[in-house]
Amino acid sequence: MAVRVQREDFDIGAEIAAFCRDNSGIGAVASFIGLVRDVNEGDAVAGMTLEHYPGMTEKALAGIVDEAKRRWDIVDALVIHRVGELKPLDQIVLVAVTGAHRGAAFAACEFIMDYLKTQAPFWKKEQTAQGARWVEARASDDQAAERWNDS
Amino acid sequence: MSIRILYFARLREDMGITQEMVELPPGVNDVKGLRAHLAARGGASAVALGQGKAVRVSVNQDLARNDTPVKAGDEVAFFPPVTGG
Repeated sequence: MAVRVQREDFDIGAEIAAFCRDNSGIGAVASFIGLVRDVNEGDAVAGMTLEHYPGMTEKALAGIVDEAKRRWDIVDALVIHRVGELKPLDQIVLVAVTGAHRGAAFAACEFIMDYLKTQAPFWKKEQTAQGARWVEARASDDQAAERWNDS
Repeated sequence: MSIRILYFARLREDMGITQEMVELPPGVNDVKGLRAHLAARGGASAVALGQGKAVRVSVNQDLARNDTPVKAGDEVAFFPPVTGG
């Protein structure tokens, strides 16, 4: 398991290749990459600052990965999340899940993102023409995370 | 013995500080009681932590609820609902 919080950008191909190296039992890799959008709530966004809670962030992400491994038969999961100053089109987050087959890898990848969105202590402050503002949490993100409780 | 309290994001800005040490008064032994105690100081604390504000709490870096116990030596953080990813 690998969880990283960093200011630097990441290379998806290099990260996934390194994550799969030397494990020929892996038959599937499901990944999600989150990018900075240039619009939110109808306003143009020039950039954003991502704040986090050092220590708790890593602990929360590791706990989410552990829970995914408990629920699905996957090989491993990688989570990289950036903090600091970001511009539109910059990569924010990478989640990659390896497994023997695609089904568990897809499901675990989506689960990890849904839980990250609602439980990992990150906060976005975006810059708009009207000034800087904190991004509001979305009820739809809570609902996305809650649906995993049904199964 | 006191507890360390951290603030993040909008709550950090509302409070004007990133952290503080607070003496736990007798009778304050959970998250709900601690939040009420801090908000009762008035000023920025009342604005940031008053009722009606969407506030999330962690105790020793685990997400907490209103009835989560708080004791001397703990690290408690107050912050808005998270918006990462």
